[in-house]
Amino acid sequence: MVILAVGLILFGVFFLVVAAIGTLRLPDVFTRSHAVSLTDSLGAICVLAGLSIYQGFGINMLKILVVLVLLLLLNPVIAHATVRAAYRAGVKPQTEEDQ
Amino acid sequence: MINFFLFLLIILSVLILVYLYRVIQGPTVFDRVLGLNGISTKAIILVVVMGTVYDRVEMFVDISTGYALLNLVGAFAIAKFLEQRGAP
Repeated sequence: MVILAVGLILFGVFFLVVAAIGTLRLPDVFTRSHAVSLTDSLGAICVLAGLSIYQGFGINMLKILVVLVLLLLLNPVIAHATVRAAYRAGVKPQTEEDQ
Repeated sequence: MINFFLFLLIILSVLILVYLYRVIQGPTVFDRVLGLNGISTKAIILVVVMGTVYDRVEMFVDISTGYALLNLVGAFAIAKFLEQRGAP
């Protein structure tokens, strides 16, 4: 059980580090939203699943799973709302001619 | 095992600093909003890990649930406001 939990946490931390690197290096807001929404959601969900497995069966595991489902629902919704606001406010996507 | 969780806390703190660079440096205001979203995701994980370290998960998980909902309301407010008014 503990080995499975540690493995899931390390898997998630890898994706969190990849998301942080993507936030630093990607060029504009539309590409950065991929790093923040997709990769970050996967990493956070893996870390929280590992923590819930580490707790063992019981009320604590259920509560951490509630936070996991909440994060899984809210993170893409926030990213979508922000990117739609950026598009409607007139931020242009970076194309190949700009470079 | 507690050393592993303390190591995890240090890694999450360093990742929060990386996102903070994007919040301060970001060219448009939407980059800052995305960076704040990333910081709040890391903070939710950090609170749950801290509850695991102190062995009081049932209390800390409630705090992180409230933080997630607060993040949703704040991000929606900023996004809707800037969508109607246009980027500064």
